[in-house]
Amino acid sequence: MIKLNINGTLHELDVEPDTPLLWAIREHAGLTGTKYGCGVAQCGACTVHVDGVAMRSCSIPVGEFKPEQKIVTIEGLSPTVTHPIQKAWLELDVPQCGYCQSGQIMAAAALLQANPKPTDEQIRSEMTNICRCGTYNRIQAAIKLAATGMAG
Amino acid sequence: MGKVFDTSRRGFLKGAGVTAAGFTLGFHVPFAGDAQAAVTPDEINAWVVVKPDETVIIRIARVDMGQGTLTGLAQLVAEELECDWSKVKTEYPTPGESLARNRVWGNFGTAGSRGIRDSQDYVRKGGAAARMMLVQAAATEWKVPASECKASKGIVTHPASGKSLSYGQLAMAASKLEAPKDVPLKDPKDWTLAGKPVKRLDTVEKLSGKLVYSIDMKMPGMLNAAIRDTPVLGGKVKSFNASKAEAMKGVKKVMQVGDSAVAVVADTWWRAKSALEAVEIVWDEGPNGAISNDQVKAMLKEGLTAEQAFVGNQAGDVKAALASAAKVVEATYHVPWQHHVTMEPMNATALWTSDKCEVWTATQNAEAALATAADAAGLPVAKCDVYRHALGGGFGRRATSHDFVRQAVLIAKAMPGTPVKLIWSREEDMMHGWYHPTTMAKLTAGLDANGNVTGMHMRISGQSILATVNPQGLQNGKDPATFQGLNPGGAEGAFGYTTIANLLIDHAMRNPPLKAGFWRGVNNNQNAFYLECFIDEVAHAAGQDPLAFRQKMLVNSPKHLAVLNAVAQKAGWGTPAPKGVYRGLAQHMGYGSYVAACAEVSVDDKGKLTIHRIVAATDCGHAVNPQQIAAQIEGSFAYGLSAALHSEITIKGGKVQEENFDTYPALRMEEMPKVESIVMPSGGFWGGVGEPTIFVAAPAVFNAIFAATGKRIRTLPLADQDLRKA
Repeated sequence: MIKLNINGTLHELDVEPDTPLLWAIREHAGLTGTKYGCGVAQCGACTVHVDGVAMRSCSIPVGEFKPEQKIVTIEGLSPTVTHPIQKAWLELDVPQCGYCQSGQIMAAAALLQANPKPTDEQIRSEMTNICRCGTYNRIQAAIKLAATGMAG
Repeated sequence: MGKVFDTSRRGFLKGAGVTAAGFTLGFHVPFAGDAQAAVTPDEINAWVVVKPDETVIIRIARVDMGQGTLTGLAQLVAEELECDWSKVKTEYPTPGESLARNRVWGNFGTAGSRGIRDSQDYVRKGGAAARMMLVQAAATEWKVPASECKASKGIVTHPASGKSLSYGQLAMAASKLEAPKDVPLKDPKDWTLAGKPVKRLDTVEKLSGKLVYSIDMKMPGMLNAAIRDTPVLGGKVKSFNASKAEAMKGVKKVMQVGDSAVAVVADTWWRAKSALEAVEIVWDEGPNGAISNDQVKAMLKEGLTAEQAFVGNQAGDVKAALASAAKVVEATYHVPWQHHVTMEPMNATALWTSDKCEVWTATQNAEAALATAADAAGLPVAKCDVYRHALGGGFGRRATSHDFVRQAVLIAKAMPGTPVKLIWSREEDMMHGWYHPTTMAKLTAGLDANGNVTGMHMRISGQSILATVNPQGLQNGKDPATFQGLNPGGAEGAFGYTTIANLLIDHAMRNPPLKAGFWRGVNNNQNAFYLECFIDEVAHAAGQDPLAFRQKMLVNSPKHLAVLNAVAQKAGWGTPAPKGVYRGLAQHMGYGSYVAACAEVSVDDKGKLTIHRIVAATDCGHAVNPQQIAAQIEGSFAYGLSAALHSEITIKGGKVQEENFDTYPALRMEEMPKVESIVMPSGGFWGGVGEPTIFVAAPAVFNAIFAATGKRIRTLPLADQDLRKA
């Protein structure tokens, strides 16, 4: 059994230690907001926060986690879907297909946590998640909007 | 309802089968009379349900894969319905329900930028007919003529008496009325909801992680499957050893699927995938196991000068014109295979019993998915159904083939009564695509002494999508879709340069052994790349400004010209660009819309390209939601430039060499230019918006690269080419 603290709840999961965190979250904890896109830490669809830092959960085995480490998924970001990033995303109608957006939102939230007033250049170099629909212009604008605290 | 759909078996096959590769003829489709329609009491008609709490449910036959069709279609229905937009919810009917009701929802196919333009007429009539019935119900109740009543924001009023009733109060009575026969529609200039930049209806669930994509399906007792199909097209499983895999935790079954694949079914997908890696498979690679990229290129190159070719557009005598030209310009271009890479890999959940087969999946054509499911299930279509989920990207992949549905059903059939979710790994997904076709083109133009184009030959050599996907659709061997955007006239995509008196555009079909499929923009993409970069070359050879040169050649094509002029003006063509920044232009027509772009780029001393800005215009006739059209324009440049800069699928020993984003990179935010869109609907026609602007992405940027460096990029992708100034 592996103990994981996900969204403030301690889960005891019957999962092999070499299972990637992504699949423990999706298949054992039953939280499917975090997405599978590549499995090799390239696309970022699986981004979650581990102690406040954005990480690509598809490439970290659960055996490396301690129960006291706080894992936050898209479901745990804001119970009312009102995190400043989510409000800005809604205001600018960012998502298209939406599949990558959980990861984009988690990456953006971590970026603002670390750097509350990022420049356009910082956003463009820090936001490395892939979106095939091409919502990049709006993501960039929404992060700027969220940084002003004026969204929604 | 004015629209009568083709309810014949032939009609279903046509609708479903066109994009269903591997579709097998000969199954029985029970139609009208066999099954009763499931009409709910609050259903006004097939498109509109009004609940007592005033919720309005609008049924959507086409599907949303991010392109905004769901919201746009709901706007069109709601516009005519005169309901309260804040009360609108949407619902996807299933193809099984549709068949049981004489295909009441028409075509489910969502491809070719057709979601709105092909269904706008009958969905608007659905909304208008429902409104007329609600008004009639009120008029009957009040014993007044319907013409004295008005409907607005979900309420019918009788101004003379001051009476009013809500749609929720009227729904039951309205649902019992005869549908009106004559259903007039509003003039688009009177629209108050359609044509407005309202927000999408499906955003909030995409922000919370709550939206259930088909990959997220959970059912009691559900198992998960991972699969490996032959790495070489046409290959088969010779044998496999499952002893190690069968002993692994959670594994329930290791099985062959069809001739060419092996699947592992386990309690979780990760365990299934891990066990699949432990299965030793011996492949029979078949005849394609010796083919590599060099042979493919040689095959295409041969076609460039082959005697025989299918003619797509012809005028005058091109041979004579080229022979007598003062100057001849010639260039050869090439586009490799490209993969769709939807963010959500292919997946489907199937539940099979001897009496029923149900599938939950993401599809661009649920009727085709149903046909595939029924065929794989060995059951009549009436005993099968497909439940639709939001798509994590489509781009044509989920319209081209439902091979993943077939596999899921075959696996489920081996485990009767147990739902099984099949997910392709990204590697499986990338190596088993239906790729953007690979082609080459040789273009030759003749100029007179004044620099006017007197003749042009465009020879395309390469792959036909129809030959792979639907060979029955070929016309005496010719694939008409090859000539997208190059045709002489037509509302779908007319060649704009009609001033070229002597013209020949032809196609030598060469089909190398990798499946070709519909890929966002389809053949327009390479056709526009070839043509618009070459026109730029010819303009420079003639010593003329690329804008003025095109303007002269487009005098008979005013809509093509209008979008071109719009981007040139907004981008500041003819005025100085910022230091070190250069501009390039392109225009094209496809899927009923006219598009153009002006790119601004710079290339530094090390050859590094920066795309600073794109100005892009579309004239799509009627614009249903301008801000969503802008989103499609922005996204089309991300998709088109990703392909232009990075994408190439190659084969070695018959096997696709690129397996994931590390070897098949996608455009990221750092490379994404700022896209300024001009939505300029001129009215009178309905063009698509999901694809068209992608056509001009590569040529506008590559023409700007030429302006910046003097280097002509004639082969995609750009990635490995040296842009340093010579």
